[in-house]
Amino acid sequence: MDMLELRGIDKVYHSRGKPPVQAVCALDMVVEKGEIVALLGSSGCGKTSTLRMIAGFEDVSAGSIALHGRQIHELPPARRKVAMAFEGYSLYPPLTVRENIAFALKSTQLSRADASRRVDEIARLIEIDDILDSYPRAISGGQQQRVSLARALVRDADLYLLDEPMGQLEPQLRAVLRGRIKSLLAERGMTAIFVTHDQTEASALADRIAVMEGGLLQQFASEKELKNRPANLFVASFIGEPPMNLLDADVIRSDGGFRLSIGSGMTFDIGASALSREAARTLGETTKVRIGIRPQKVAVGTGNVPVKVVSNQWLGDQSHVAGDCGGRMLIAVTQGRVAARPGEMVPFALEPRHFHLFGVDGTCIRHAEVS
Amino acid sequence: MEHSSLAGLIFRGVALTLIVLFFMFPIVWIFMMSFQNNDQILRIPPRILFEPTLSNYKALISGQLHTAAGNLQITFMRNLFNSVVLSSAAVALALLLGVPAAYAFARFKFRLGETIAFTLLSFRFAPPLLVLLPLSLYYQELGLNDTYFGIVWVYQLIALPLILWIVRGYFEDISPDIEHAYRLAGHSWWEAFTRIAVPLAGPGIAAAGLLSFIFCWNNFVFALILASADKQPVTVGALAFVTASGIQYGQIAAAIVLSVTPTLLLALYAQRYLVEGLSLGAVKG
Repeated sequence: MDMLELRGIDKVYHSRGKPPVQAVCALDMVVEKGEIVALLGSSGCGKTSTLRMIAGFEDVSAGSIALHGRQIHELPPARRKVAMAFEGYSLYPPLTVRENIAFALKSTQLSRADASRRVDEIARLIEIDDILDSYPRAISGGQQQRVSLARALVRDADLYLLDEPMGQLEPQLRAVLRGRIKSLLAERGMTAIFVTHDQTEASALADRIAVMEGGLLQQFASEKELKNRPANLFVASFIGEPPMNLLDADVIRSDGGFRLSIGSGMTFDIGASALSREAARTLGETTKVRIGIRPQKVAVGTGNVPVKVVSNQWLGDQSHVAGDCGGRMLIAVTQGRVAARPGEMVPFALEPRHFHLFGVDGTCIRHAEVS
Repeated sequence: MEHSSLAGLIFRGVALTLIVLFFMFPIVWIFMMSFQNNDQILRIPPRILFEPTLSNYKALISGQLHTAAGNLQITFMRNLFNSVVLSSAAVALALLLGVPAAYAFARFKFRLGETIAFTLLSFRFAPPLLVLLPLSLYYQELGLNDTYFGIVWVYQLIALPLILWIVRGYFEDISPDIEHAYRLAGHSWWEAFTRIAVPLAGPGIAAAGLLSFIFCWNNFVFALILASADKQPVTVGALAFVTASGIQYGQIAAAIVLSVTPTLLLALYAQRYLVEGLSLGAVKG
């Protein structure tokens, strides 16, 4: 069942003496009940604007928002049945942590005992039960953030909006809380949208990720799909750590397929059988493409692409080897250690079946084969 | 003190004493004058030790001024009452209008917003004498001359800009998301304003109210021109002590002591808020 439906949302900010800024452009998105969605993107990509439009603190410039079958984009925030945890915590300074969390339950019909039980329950889950009687200014930023999160999650709402919910937390705690929050949301069938710029957090917590850039929704899909079938060059290079290797190539028709030349006499052949009809037609009409290949798919020590090693880092469970290939940087990730020092020549293997191909305008022509 | 040496401590002590003496001297002197009669005050050289008399206070409170030229009726207690009524009403009205306006200026960007806010502030810059003549003509036309309401209204020139600008700084210091969180929990915009924004800006509102009360209390020219004897505050009422038979210094001093006491007590009580209000609200850019 659809819980939240965004249709053609535009957000334009007008400020005096400056050209208007389009923060969000023609955003369509449907979130199902019980789904956890991440809005992922760099700063200024429109993700927080989107969240604030759903909450009702920003007007939509165009488009409509429906929540649980109700049109809500013209309702005041109080009547939208939405809970939100703010990036700046926004706790009430004169109230204790306990009162801050319980405050969110005041307008409900819960009895005092029930409300108190729920506060204790959520406080235990988020590990703030020891500071319940402190005042906001007496606790650390990370604790304030957790209180703000608790204040949002303790409510009964149709939708939970979390703005950078774990930005201030230490890595260990973040991993623990991620798991707990995910199981809490899943257990109660709560629908949530959270904003983050941390890919790990997005993939760990969310069922689906909406990648945004420049006010446009680039792709809205599961983490696996974003990785394996990126909709365009932006998503391909944005998702994945380290980022995807990109090489410019000339397209030459050859017998029964195409030959991609990346310069210095290095070429790769792609047989027509490895391409969909659509991809083959697009490739036939173009002379230049960008090849994208995940660092995890680049093999080191074999192959026919000679690379001069620039750095070789062992991260404890994998090696990142960066090399210079005719002026372009290539990164390979291998599971074991690699015996290669900076300055040495090492062969890299790039296999055409792992190639994503993008047009010059960034649209995707072909995805890599999933092995 | 981190770098306190003995010499430093002594220097600090001496410097502080000098400053306190310098600022307290007029107040102490007036306080002493208020317990002397005119002859004792005008004695040369003046003496620190004297026989105190309560006659000045008696005269003020009973409203009977005995001078060499005969008995005079004075309305000092009435004036004091007027001061309290006028200043309180002016501040109350200014708070009622200024606090929501300050909130609007802090939270919403609207066309001409900054211009309006600055125009209001500029009322503080304009010399009162500049506006008084046209104002008194208008007041006569409108029948506002010599009414409490008329003076309270003109006092808005003093109180409103002050409250507006100090309280605005306070509202700007409060994250709007605190109100947003409250509104999401099912409360209206008005409830967020009255239950979250106003209490959080409380110290600033108190400081601004107190300051404007003091400024209104100390005002002289507006009431001098726009009101007659029975509506005038103490500042103007003190003129009555300049009599045909000479200036009644003792009564003037007693009148000053009586009229300064309420504001002084108020300021001492709320000193902390005052300093905080001025440094937080007004200075913040």
